[in-house]
Amino acid sequence: MASKIKYDAVKVGDETPTVTIENVARPDFVRYAGASGDFVPLHYDQTFVEAAGIPTVFAQGMWTAGCLSRCLTDYAGAGQVRRFKVRFARQVWPGDTLTCRGKVTGKTEKHGERLIEGEVEVVNQKGEATVKGTFAVAAG
Amino acid sequence: MAIDKSIIGQTGKPFTVPIEWSKVREFARAIRDPNPVYFDPALAKKECGGIPVPPTFLQVAAFWMGEDSMPTAKFDIRRILHGEQDFEFLKPIFVGDVLTGTSRIADVYEKEGGRGGKMTFMVTEIEYKNQKGETVAFARGTLVETGQAVSS
Repeated sequence: MASKIKYDAVKVGDETPTVTIENVARPDFVRYAGASGDFVPLHYDQTFVEAAGIPTVFAQGMWTAGCLSRCLTDYAGAGQVRRFKVRFARQVWPGDTLTCRGKVTGKTEKHGERLIEGEVEVVNQKGEATVKGTFAVAAG
Repeated sequence: MAIDKSIIGQTGKPFTVPIEWSKVREFARAIRDPNPVYFDPALAKKECGGIPVPPTFLQVAAFWMGEDSMPTAKFDIRRILHGEQDFEFLKPIFVGDVLTGTSRIADVYEKEGGRGGKMTFMVTEIEYKNQKGETVAFARGTLVETGQAVSS
């Protein structure tokens, strides 16, 4: 249950591991729909989205957020995340390549636990942010 | 449609969420996460004390609620966007736990938007307790109904 990071060794400005998601594809959305139970048709039903005036299906925001969460679990370890808050800024489309990254903005203590706080984001191949967020992870 | 603030505070029927390994594995694959703690129970036990769940896994639970567990505004599904999601974890969650979630409408409000016209926001908070009655997590989601379909 130990965190992979040591509180005293972490500095503001440190970066979390970067996770790259190459070539986002429609099967990602279908697989996530099945795994999560999110069957909102905007993410897999081309006929439905065209009727709604949208050019094609796009990723579930929570799929992208899930990809982003790997920055935190790779950084501190699975089970070490205490807060993960995301805001969806822009859709992720088939063919996109995503870069998920984060950096430390502060160190604090809460409920007797030492925490590292920071910001995370997902940017697409054009450099546009698709998801932005904040986090807190436990440190040893 | 006029905004109906009277739904704030509405609480759904508690729903049960067994944390199952198959769903956790399937979810990890879906978010392209190769972390072996989701796939190797012995390693997970050693490193984490049990098979942990990915940080956004509780979203799965939310989609398995029955309608009576899910108080909601009457939104047009073609114009819905998921605006924000916030997870707060107070205690560990492992495969084998049985959680009970209770959903509550925390807020409803309107804002003038840019591309999408007038937007209505609904904030839902789900509190999850484990089989020991301990609160393990809060999941707060903001759904947005845009004035018109948005395609960026």
